Amino acid sequence: MMRQEYWTLMDPCCDYCLHSRDNPCAKYVVCRVRGPFCHKSVECREKRQRRVKEVLYGSQGVRINIGASSCGLAAGAEKVIEAVKDGLRSMGVEAGVSAVGCLGLCFMEPFIEIRSEDGPSPIYGHVSPENVGDILAKYFEEGSVDGAFAIRRRTGRFKDEERVPLLDELDVWRKQVKWVSRNCGVINPESIEEYIVTGGYEGLSRALTMKPEEVIEEIRLAGLRGRGGAGFPTWLKWKICREQSSEEKYVICNADEGDPGAFMNRLLAESDPHRVLEGLIIAGYAIGASQGVIFVRAEKPLMAARLEKAVEDARRWGLLGENILGSGFSFDVRVMRSAGAFVCGEETAMIAAIEGRRAMPRQRPPYPASKGLWDKPTVVNNVETLAHVATIMAHGWREFAKYGTERSKGTKMFCVTGGVKRTGAFEVPIGTTIRTLVYDIAGGPREGRMIKAVQIGGPSGGCLPERLFDLPIDYESLQEAGAIMGSGGLVVIDDTNCMVDVARYFTSFTLAESCGKCIPCRVGTKALYDRLSAIVEGMGSQEDLQLLEEIGMMMKEAALCALGGTAPNPILSSLRYFRDEYEAHILEKKCPAKVCSRLVTYAINQELCVKCGLCAKSCPVGAIVKTADGHFTVDESKCIRCGTCVITCPRGAVEKR
Amino acid sequence: MSRRISSGNIIESLQNVQEKHGFLPRDSLIKLSQDTRIPLSRIFGVATFYHQFRLEPPGRVTIAVCMGTACHLRGNAENYEFLKRFLSIGPGRSTSDDGLFSLEKARCFGCCSLAPVVKIGDMLIGKATPRELQRAISRIREEILREEAARETGG
Repeated sequence: MMRQEYWTLMDPCCDYCLHSRDNPCAKYVVCRVRGPFCHKSVECREKRQRRVKEVLYGSQGVRINIGASSCGLAAGAEKVIEAVKDGLRSMGVEAGVSAVGCLGLCFMEPFIEIRSEDGPSPIYGHVSPENVGDILAKYFEEGSVDGAFAIRRRTGRFKDEERVPLLDELDVWRKQVKWVSRNCGVINPESIEEYIVTGGYEGLSRALTMKPEEVIEEIRLAGLRGRGGAGFPTWLKWKICREQSSEEKYVICNADEGDPGAFMNRLLAESDPHRVLEGLIIAGYAIGASQGVIFVRAEKPLMAARLEKAVEDARRWGLLGENILGSGFSFDVRVMRSAGAFVCGEETAMIAAIEGRRAMPRQRPPYPASKGLWDKPTVVNNVETLAHVATIMAHGWREFAKYGTERSKGTKMFCVTGGVKRTGAFEVPIGTTIRTLVYDIAGGPREGRMIKAVQIGGPSGGCLPERLFDLPIDYESLQEAGAIMGSGGLVVIDDTNCMVDVARYFTSFTLAESCGKCIPCRVGTKALYDRLSAIVEGMGSQEDLQLLEEIGMMMKEAALCALGGTAPNPILSSLRYFRDEYEAHILEKKCPAKVCSRLVTYAINQELCVKCGLCAKSCPVGAIVKTADGHFTVDESKCIRCGTCVITCPRGAVEKR
Repeated sequence: MSRRISSGNIIESLQNVQEKHGFLPRDSLIKLSQDTRIPLSRIFGVATFYHQFRLEPPGRVTIAVCMGTACHLRGNAENYEFLKRFLSIGPGRSTSDDGLFSLEKARCFGCCSLAPVVKIGDMLIGKATPRELQRAISRIREEILREEAARETGG
């Protein structure tokens, strides 16, 4: 790798600093920001402090952050970055421009923030190359924060500050606790220096001064449970693995996020990859492993690339490799790209994939903690869990345990998508109610719509009706109601969505993802799918509902792994709470939400119709005909309900009935 | 230790092959089997297990329709059906007749907030509608044809 031309905090301040990969110093990390410790030098200290400020607020005291993780880039962040640079150049303003991660406020991507040490730090949403010039001109030339979504503090020095809300006062922010996602959308994820300035690797530094057993104890006191879904106590997994008498042990970071509707792991690893890596190193130290694997989804290439960069940088500065920070602990990490299989969420299947085989789970016990990768004791932890580990080690278990419920401590990130005003990834204390998350933070239903349910936990989870929204989200409460917290995907279902269609969608997913090893799952998912298909096509019967329940219960009992065992959950829970929708499909041959195409009819609203004839032209079966008086109508006997006319009509005059 | 993980991993070898050819050609699989002494049947088993691998050559541009939950609820099932018709991709096929586009269903991209999402080449389109997709595809098709024409006349 090429050496950077300018001096960074990672470099020695002067010839006295002797830290290197071969000659590691225990205080290396804290020394970067608060040092130097090994020699007294006002000059060196000032040099470091100056650089810290420069990192935080740019070399000219102003720094413009642009959210550029996958979602920001999809929304056009790249062009915004160019436009910001152009805008600054044309005004002759010098300021740092930095690509950062994601604030989790996906509904307003792409966003920019103009940060300065004593300024209001306004955040702007829906920024485009067209409006960015205006934003910059207002801020730098008129001294106004007009048009900002929010500001971080009131300084009284900028115009229009009173008209812009404070970020901390907005519901979307106020009700969150930014614990593990604190750096997301704030630091440049590709800079290890920025991570260290914000306290990064201090958790590792501290852990390495403790005995591995003490680290495990700290995690036990914190009460951290796995954030991937099952909620197994992290410390216990570690302890079991630590107690195995094997020379070789492995720790795997599960970054193979495959739950449709959940992207908190991508967001975390893209926005703050070093935090995940730091957690992985700490886990390796605690269990006595010398090798770690990050198993990352190939379909999320930016996440993989940023984790790879983090590993490379950590290695370069001696935070990975031999004798880390002089502790005698050696550890290295390899990033492996998963070829994509949902069943890899099952530990034993993931291990098979890392060994290069088809990802099929095996019977447990033995659990991976005693017999895992290459038959050696192995711990598998999820991205968010590891990020929590690093944060807990840096700030202490008490800070973490302040949040959450008696049995589930700390915070959890949730991705709220579907029928709400503000979609995004939000971090809240465990035990927050669904209502707070969906209505207060995510802003409730879209204009003119009504929320009827949420689906929590993806294809393994279940739906919960609106009347149960006061349930606290924790591992136990949701299970009793027939859903699970899962990895934290929360899809809001409104009156435009059909519950039977949703159940069928999830079943089509598990059907495709079933590895085929055990019969209950392989045959069960197919049987469920066929019954649901019959129902949405208007060919279902009451017996089908009974059959769905019977097959579902059988799968829960008999499937080999959690994929099959939880696959019936979306069906069983929607049958429990929305049986009337199933019955409408069966008895009345109607889809109340007008989603299931076989059960809806198309008609042309003559008041909206402008008689352009595009629908008739586009209809593949000639089912739209012009009547003698010049109107267009749909011939139901010919219509195949493909919906092309709805898409084609420029006036929205084709209606579903 | 690390040697054991990095060597003999068929998945990574297959990823490399696909990176090079865009798909897994039969001959490459046979060669991989001979080089590694892993039975061809096992390699084929792995290749057909994972979503990432394809055994047919792809079109010039791949269109991936996200089939995640949020995208499903917001209309990607309809987008998919539309694209199939618009690109005239026959049943059981995945590439358009002119060989320019291949259509595939993708697992969640993790951009659920922009649902429904369709990826055309490297470009992610958020809040996709059939009209917008139609426009984007037509533009890309024109670009490709123009490039080809320029190459023919200039070359």
